[in-house]
Amino acid sequence: MKNKFDTILLGHGSGGQLSHDLITDLFTKHFDNDILRQQSDSAILETGKNHLAYTTDSFVVDPLFFPGGDIGKLAIAGTVNDLAVSGACPLYLSVGFIIEEGLSFSDLERVVLSMAEEARKAGVRIVTGDTKVVDRGKCDKLFINTSGIGILDKQHVPISSGSNIKIGDKIIINGSIGDHGMAVMAARNELNISADITSDCACLNGLIKSAMETGAQISFMRDATRGGLGTVISELVKSKNYGIRLMEDRLKVNDGVKGMCELLGFDPIYVANEGKVVMVVAEEDADRVVAVLKQHPSGTQTSIIGEITNDHQGSAWLETLVGGKRIIEMLSGQQLPRIC
Amino acid sequence: MKYIDEYRDKEIVRLLAEEIKKTVTKPIRLMEVCGGHTMSIQKYGIPYLLPEEVELISGPGCPVCVTSRTYIDRAVAYSRLDDVIITTYGDLIRVPGSSSSLDREKANGADVRIVYSILDALMVAKKNRRKKVIFLGIGFETTAPSSAAGIIKAQMAGITNFYLYSAHKVMPPAMETLIDEGVQIDGYIGPGHVSTITGKGIYLNIPEKYGLGVVISGFEPVDLMQSILMLVQQIENKEPKVEIEYTRAVKPEGNVKAQEMLDEVFEYRDDWWRGLGVLENSGLKIRDKYAMHDAEVQISVDVEPLIEPKGCICGDILRGVSKPKDCKLFGTVCTPSDPVGSCMVSNEGSCAAYYLYNR
Amino acid sequence: MCLSIPARIDKIEELTAVCTVGTTSYQASLELLKDEQVEVGDYVLIHTGFAIQKLDAAEAEASLKTFEEFKALNNRMDTEEQKTDTRLI
Repeated sequence: MKNKFDTILLGHGSGGQLSHDLITDLFTKHFDNDILRQQSDSAILETGKNHLAYTTDSFVVDPLFFPGGDIGKLAIAGTVNDLAVSGACPLYLSVGFIIEEGLSFSDLERVVLSMAEEARKAGVRIVTGDTKVVDRGKCDKLFINTSGIGILDKQHVPISSGSNIKIGDKIIINGSIGDHGMAVMAARNELNISADITSDCACLNGLIKSAMETGAQISFMRDATRGGLGTVISELVKSKNYGIRLMEDRLKVNDGVKGMCELLGFDPIYVANEGKVVMVVAEEDADRVVAVLKQHPSGTQTSIIGEITNDHQGSAWLETLVGGKRIIEMLSGQQLPRIC
Repeated sequence: MKYIDEYRDKEIVRLLAEEIKKTVTKPIRLMEVCGGHTMSIQKYGIPYLLPEEVELISGPGCPVCVTSRTYIDRAVAYSRLDDVIITTYGDLIRVPGSSSSLDREKANGADVRIVYSILDALMVAKKNRRKKVIFLGIGFETTAPSSAAGIIKAQMAGITNFYLYSAHKVMPPAMETLIDEGVQIDGYIGPGHVSTITGKGIYLNIPEKYGLGVVISGFEPVDLMQSILMLVQQIENKEPKVEIEYTRAVKPEGNVKAQEMLDEVFEYRDDWWRGLGVLENSGLKIRDKYAMHDAEVQISVDVEPLIEPKGCICGDILRGVSKPKDCKLFGTVCTPSDPVGSCMVSNEGSCAAYYLYNR
Repeated sequence: MCLSIPARIDKIEELTAVCTVGTTSYQASLELLKDEQVEVGDYVLIHTGFAIQKLDAAEAEASLKTFEEFKALNNRMDTEEQKTDTRLI
């Protein structure tokens, strides 16, 4: 597909179709290699005996502090989760700070303390880093990049690509959707809306480890971040020889999120999460996995939300609350408040 | 959520679907003329619940879709002026003009801000006295009163740097023109929130002159199914009339205060609708009394010549004459992430909705 | 043009109302309902920052009641049909 844009738009960073196109048509095209072509959350590297998972992520959230977390907690959880959903055990992180001149020291300290705490909870070590300070106005307060390395068992390598997904597998998510995106939006307070919404930001490596330790056949995992559950599902099924069926009445949306989405015309399926993993698990193991995840603080609301089907190959369908059906498509850009 | 959840009852929807199936005896086409209805129908998967005989088609109910390309070109031109801040509803930001769109201009450095309300735009104007703040007023009778309220407020508070660029339109001329042009429909699902403002009187011509019914519908799945059932019953009994399904929100006389404010600030003018051409008295122009806040009067700008892309049949689609799949550009050159015509831009434009639920 | 949802008025300060949908609150202008009797506890439709109409609770109750009766009737008929093993309609 030829590039039709002269300039980069905000939509290119939103995790939807535009982002996807930018990655495919520019980055992957020129950096091309077989590892990159997998386009998974973490790159899986073979280094003799072991497999390593390696990932990176940058964090540019506004405001820096919001109910349920802050940019620091996000930076640690985001990278830990990218590693964990690949089936890897996260071990080491690097951290890069780009700081706007004028940022208060106490804010920075607060972020750093949050990062240290989150890393400790996740059992990962921050082993290297970098700091840059730019002129006032050249970045929005604070940007953080983290990259991470984890160790991966050979048998878990197919998890990030989903190559072992089979018909009848169940789709599980560990709780409610849309909390992070709406919490941040409400915290920005630009729209005269106040909502009681807390980000679900959390490291999921412990939760995921408990699922893997059951010995269940987990064929796929991905964290539902930018672009939400809808983006994970629509990406997963694209060009595949299976379809996906989701049941809307199994999706949990907290009241605050529901209200704000209704007001602004947002679809919770496409709103960002930072503490949710989508798992595809063999039918016979699904209930067992759900039971185990429910024991974990980040999984108390775990449920089976759908399944892999033989029909509607290549597309994902949602059975709506009232028994109708619609396709879950990739969002084209960012969701915007609408009047219509 | 009260007054929302009760109208999403799966069992009631199912029962209504059965009633519709039992009542309908021949193929019928029902048109909805409200972007909100298009969204709800798509969101809840309503077409899958209806018997084959009932076909739902989408009319020109999406203000974004019917807004002329020239309007966007002029908004783009305004955004390029150094002393201008554009404030707009999110719906308009990705609509393609002849060579650019507001989000591209924003990426190029123009000051374009998405707001939820004209009141937010007034705040921007108050905080930026040295800039001209232009609010892009799109929308039908549901939204136009808030623009009217905003203009009155601007004048009373002396916010002289605030301007409205009106693309506001009214529904009935479009509804009548469609039938005049021979578009085949058997009834209208009437716009729910437009009607909370206007009341039911504006639709009386439709059954009287054209013998077609209008059922003013709410937006929840129960509302839509009930409205469809009421239309089917009207058709089977050969009794076309204007009925209100959405009785909890629509009074027969509408919102009189809002109507007064509309009349205070706006007057009718002929307006160009994408797909329908020029319709008499279908647009709202700011009256002379408030001309100091009319962007078209106060701010001159050079607008690039109009270029309509070849192959785009948004017009025919908006009139229900063609379906999105009839368009050569659909899904190939014209997609939601890179739209050519406005029908593909907003989620409730016919092409975007079709792309989402029919592929 | 049509995105508007019912919100409960929790507080009124002159012509501004604090309205709630679920647990989300929003400040809306009551300018367009100046001539209406609007009170805390009423439900209004909010659209682009304004309350555009008050919801008629009585009408809502009436319509919901009709739907509930419809459901109940249908359940009774289903039960009848099962008992007698005949279709009623």
